[in-house]
Amino acid sequence: MTISAGTTSAVAPQTGAPPAHLRVREHTIEIVSDSGEGAQKCGQIFAAVSAKMGNGIWTVEIIPAEVQPPPRVPEGASGNRIRVGAGPVTNWGDQTDLVVAFNEQALLARHRVGALAPDAILLIEEMWATSQDPAIVAAWEAAMEELSTREYRIIPVPMQEQCLTLVENPRKGKNMFALGMLAYIYDRDMERIRDQIATAFRKKSEAVYDSNVSLVNLGYQWAQEHIGFRIDVPPAPIDTPLVVMNGNEAIGMGAIAAGFELCAMYPITPATSVSHYLSEVFERFGGVVHQAEDEIAAAGVAIGASYAGKVALTITSGPGLALKTEFLGLAIMTETPLVVVDVQRGGPSTGLPTKVEQSDLLAALFGQPGDAPHVIVAPATIEECFHVMITARRIAETFRAVVMVLTDANLATGVAPYPRPTLDSQWQAAPIDLAPVGDSDLPYAWEEETGLSRRIVPGQPGGMFTLTGLSHDERSKVAYSSGIHQHSSAMRSRKLAVLQSVLTPPVVYGDEEGGDLLVVGWGSTKGAIEEAVDRVRADGLKVSSLHLRFLSPLEPGIKAILQRFTKVVAVEINYSDDPDAPYITEENRRRGQMAMLLRSSTLVDVDSWTRVPGEPLRPGSIVTAIRERVLSGGAA
Amino acid sequence: MSLSCELLHVIQRKGSDEPYGMDSYEGARARWCAGCGDHGILTAVQRLLAAEQLVPEQTVFVSGIGCSSRFPHYLKTYGFHGIHGRALPVSTGIKLHRPELSVFTVMGDGDCTSIGAAHWIHALRYNVDLTVMMLDNAIYGLTKKQTSPTTPQGTVSNTQPRGSYLPAMNPLSVSLGVTNASFVAQTAEWVPAHLYATLRAAYQHKGTSFVRILQRCPVFTPEIFASAVRDPSQIALLVHDDGVIVPEIEKIYKTQIHHDPRDLAAARHYAESDDRIHLGVFFRDPSRPRYEETRRTTPRTPTERNTRLEEEFDKYAV
Repeated sequence: MTISAGTTSAVAPQTGAPPAHLRVREHTIEIVSDSGEGAQKCGQIFAAVSAKMGNGIWTVEIIPAEVQPPPRVPEGASGNRIRVGAGPVTNWGDQTDLVVAFNEQALLARHRVGALAPDAILLIEEMWATSQDPAIVAAWEAAMEELSTREYRIIPVPMQEQCLTLVENPRKGKNMFALGMLAYIYDRDMERIRDQIATAFRKKSEAVYDSNVSLVNLGYQWAQEHIGFRIDVPPAPIDTPLVVMNGNEAIGMGAIAAGFELCAMYPITPATSVSHYLSEVFERFGGVVHQAEDEIAAAGVAIGASYAGKVALTITSGPGLALKTEFLGLAIMTETPLVVVDVQRGGPSTGLPTKVEQSDLLAALFGQPGDAPHVIVAPATIEECFHVMITARRIAETFRAVVMVLTDANLATGVAPYPRPTLDSQWQAAPIDLAPVGDSDLPYAWEEETGLSRRIVPGQPGGMFTLTGLSHDERSKVAYSSGIHQHSSAMRSRKLAVLQSVLTPPVVYGDEEGGDLLVVGWGSTKGAIEEAVDRVRADGLKVSSLHLRFLSPLEPGIKAILQRFTKVVAVEINYSDDPDAPYITEENRRRGQMAMLLRSSTLVDVDSWTRVPGEPLRPGSIVTAIRERVLSGGAA
Repeated sequence: MSLSCELLHVIQRKGSDEPYGMDSYEGARARWCAGCGDHGILTAVQRLLAAEQLVPEQTVFVSGIGCSSRFPHYLKTYGFHGIHGRALPVSTGIKLHRPELSVFTVMGDGDCTSIGAAHWIHALRYNVDLTVMMLDNAIYGLTKKQTSPTTPQGTVSNTQPRGSYLPAMNPLSVSLGVTNASFVAQTAEWVPAHLYATLRAAYQHKGTSFVRILQRCPVFTPEIFASAVRDPSQIALLVHDDGVIVPEIEKIYKTQIHHDPRDLAAARHYAESDDRIHLGVFFRDPSRPRYEETRRTTPRTPTERNTRLEEEFDKYAV
């Protein structure tokens, strides 16, 4: 019944024989289909169950650009990729070990982008091979030809035929059949799978639940009878309560925990799912998600709300950040606290709307004309996406500052477990203070030493000041004399130095004492960089890494750390010129964005290794870069 | 003598049985040009504030950029002088978060109908309870005489020195075309009694009250309204019990049209007719939904929020 195209004994049908057990520390699994066939739901349930069993997981979405791309085209591949580990998983890993594909074109897409390990196991819907449509058969055969150039182990699966024994429309059921197969192969807890199905389809009927469970059972049974191997990624018992979610949900929950009451936004990928989450639940917390008429208005509404009361939030991605620029300058000038989340995507312009990049750093930092000091903080993990919102709100309030939170599409859509936060009422914004203002109170009563001043909000008797985006003195009077602008600029700038003075220096991952190479990163690349460092250190290389959360102000003590290493390289997902590319010289080479910041603030000769592949960095790529390029002296 | 802030406040509050006078709302000395129509509008607004006894600290004036947007500086209320074209989103944010505050928005014609046009249209649709004044002198003044959308065709400016190319935009027709707009009026600063009555009606209306105030710029467009100022017969008053009636000007402005502000079709007709300048309330419908009311939520204490957030975390628990 089963034909094994790239036959190996491990996957040959062994009905009746005990299955071969492969015990591994980790395995990466993909489920890919045409859009709308439910591969993502299958992947999500598999990942959630794996996490609940005690495996580390990191899930990424495979998303086509269109809402409904035509069927059976490589560009339409949609699904999930789940890296399952015996211990914690901090990133999406390198290549996929096992794929369930609902058609060969989706599989081809993954093959062509180099997503698959050379010996990956491919479980593929076989119905296309015997289609009535000769074009489909020809496409199948061409695909098999192309796939045969690698050592993949291909297992055709009669998904359609099997599902038809239970449901009339297998297009709506294959995902559960696939889930059943994966449940057998990875020995997942069926009770938890049923629970997860109940959760996933809780808004639908009992009949939908029953049908899905039957399909899972069918897939499990089929795999048991026809697949001659099982893969064991041993789960570890969970000793601390965990939650599992993506980074955008974590931001939404963090916003609630921080006591935000207004989130103004305009739809933009990949930021919008934060607003989807908040729109669903925020009103129960006394909050409002305001979908404004445009990105500019979203910033304006947030600033208006902040000016009048509690710190408000606006959420966007690169193109939206560009539009908000003038308003951000106004918030900085009027010292109106504001939190801006930028879920970065590839740019410039429309760029790569669904794909990860770290290219907004310098625009975020220097985008506002004039001198516009503000805070930039970048969470490195999904857990930090939650906690950063509390930190950001508090800094915004205390320092009367604009705080930008830079995440990216990798954190936004990546799903991983993290320790359930122990909520604290102190995290939430205090009620606004409407106490009367004294005669000597001023709208900008800058403390000379720190630049800090107390905010006065409408409703406070005696405080009837007009804040203005014009340069102004401490009474908010428009600056007509020289000296005022110099002084007020100093006051706004000094706040950043004060903030830096209360930050703790970053901690080196590896050897605090120094070594041959320090890899510096920021944002979502932390897991991949540290995994790469682990691998090269295991081979004896004296490599460490440093991960920065604060980009403005930079954390203290960075220069001293950098100087302890022979070489320093900044690894980022943004563009930089390769040093050996045509015309590139030491002087004209354009370096990565954080590399530029570090060079200017430390005078250390920080090298740059960056890539913009439209996907998260793979630890293996970083290992290769460290070995072949940086340590062999390929770059200065 | 030294007193703590709180004591000072008590002393001030003791005197607060006295009503607020117009001078209670006086801020910095206005720096507009002599003869600028903005001075009269400021006076009318102070008169309105005193008439309504608005508590200064509960009142916020929001403006954009331009001559007219200096307005908040000259009042002793809270004020937010923002950026060009964007006064309405800021006003919306204030009112959404603090519905108990009285919020006024002051814009010029370039501010409102050009760079801020998107916000103007959407603010009318949101219908948040704002009193919106568009001070229309048909020119960019602060940047020194550039054509604005409401500049009459043919007017010479520094950017269109051979006369402006296009027919002027009609802000009343545009406003009346917006679904859920609830109050559209026009008045003129050289008819102070009408200006005051119209602003008062606008303030008393619950929803976004859009008032276009025709305003002379003595420096750059002294001629635009000159003949209407000299010749009251060029002006027609729209009068109605639900609009504005100003008996003291009826002897001067003899053309009066009985217009029910609920009649949208008639409102559009008068807005588009160019035989006369129509002053009055064109449209008013207090039954239109107000966004801040639609979106009102029950405030939650930190403890309540955390209890509910724990329930959220339960859904994601491993």
